[in-house]
Amino acid sequence: MIEIENVRKSFGTLEVLKGINLSIEKGEVLCLIGGSGSGKSTLLQCINGLQSIQGGNIIVDGTNVHARDTNLNTLRQKLGIVFQQYNAFPHLTALENVALAPRVVKKQSRRDALDLAREHLDYVGLGSKADMKPSGLSGGQQQRLAIARALAMKPAYMLFDEVTSALDPELVGEVLDTLRKLKESGMTMIVVTHDVAFARESGDRVAFFDQGVICELGPARQVINDPKEERTRQFLQRVLH
Amino acid sequence: MQFQLPYSGLQWSDLPYVLLGVWNTLILTLAAATFGTLIGVVIGWLRQDVPVARVVLAPYVDVTRSVPLIIQFILVNSSFALAGIPLEPLWVGVIVLSLYMGVLTSELVRAGLGAVRFQLKWASRSLGMSYWQELRYVSAPLALRTFFPGWIGTVIALTKDTALVSVVGYVELLRASQVLINRTNEALLVLAGTGLFYFAICYPISLYSRRLERTFQHD
Repeated sequence: MIEIENVRKSFGTLEVLKGINLSIEKGEVLCLIGGSGSGKSTLLQCINGLQSIQGGNIIVDGTNVHARDTNLNTLRQKLGIVFQQYNAFPHLTALENVALAPRVVKKQSRRDALDLAREHLDYVGLGSKADMKPSGLSGGQQQRLAIARALAMKPAYMLFDEVTSALDPELVGEVLDTLRKLKESGMTMIVVTHDVAFARESGDRVAFFDQGVICELGPARQVINDPKEERTRQFLQRVLH
Repeated sequence: MQFQLPYSGLQWSDLPYVLLGVWNTLILTLAAATFGTLIGVVIGWLRQDVPVARVVLAPYVDVTRSVPLIIQFILVNSSFALAGIPLEPLWVGVIVLSLYMGVLTSELVRAGLGAVRFQLKWASRSLGMSYWQELRYVSAPLALRTFFPGWIGTVIALTKDTALVSVVGYVELLRASQVLINRTNEALLVLAGTGLFYFAICYPISLYSRRLERTFQHD
């Protein structure tokens, strides 16, 4: 379970998170929607400890992410994250990309790590691309590679940060299919997305972010089909029409 | 009255002397390139990743880069002599050129590490890698690709800069050829031959680097 309590985050004088409260249950898919600069992506980075926070707490399975004595390297193995930009390691093949962290962080033997990597490349449909360098893969394939790489660490939670925003429209589907497959497997996910249709269909709950606060939070269908807040309604009208 | 000029033409027996010059140039280049690269890698990494080091190391970088090498040789040579511990000309050369090579290398290391997208570091760290694991397996191999061509250029320039150590009495290739020119008066021939020797040292380095660069390419 991830508990987010009154989290505040500023970049200099600009406050981007103004007291966020959220909790994510095991097995749940929570979608975060909202305009650019509303703080959704920053919140994901804070959950992973990639960004510091100025107030509040983020607790993952009882461990406070931003406490001084927290070993972030250990904690991060539980929290897979995939970013908007495809961040495949350009000097490694697809297979090596996935095998690197299991080998280096979990100290698996080379052989075990490669077997594990093959298994996860198959899972995201990249089994035939194992020996290719990222430069030879399409954007959608690179993004699926990033998902396989994160999954190979056997995380308890997956965080997705606008993973389809940088993709050509025809490549979005293959990545969303992978997310749906993950949901079916029971993975707990927090998905930052601009794709409202995906949020409605795949999200259990949706949180609408506006100017650093959660403006509305509820069951996915209700928030998107029948929003209670005026600002949510305006946002949805803008993105749906 | 008849003058007997002390000139005598080039002889095969001059060859060992020239080869001594070649040997001394090679030794100095090798020593300065090795120490200089080690210094440069550490300093470049410190300047890139440790903010305090950037400030503390600025004077070393700026002074070494801005003062002509020939002055540095004379200053170092004289300082040690004045302090009562005169150095062999070879060591003057090794010290000055290593520090100089260190500064140039550190700039290349810094540029190489700086060119690694921070998102790749985030991706590595988010998989649970420590700072050192990320550096070892992601940043360093990527930085090496940016670093390497510039570093080869620096080593080649360094090979030629070793000629300057002759000002403190080190008999390297150019100094040896000057001695021969004084005796034989065959400036053109000797200098052409000397140039050929420098070429023979530097060209294989650049050939080798081109081959290595090809193996680095990831596209």
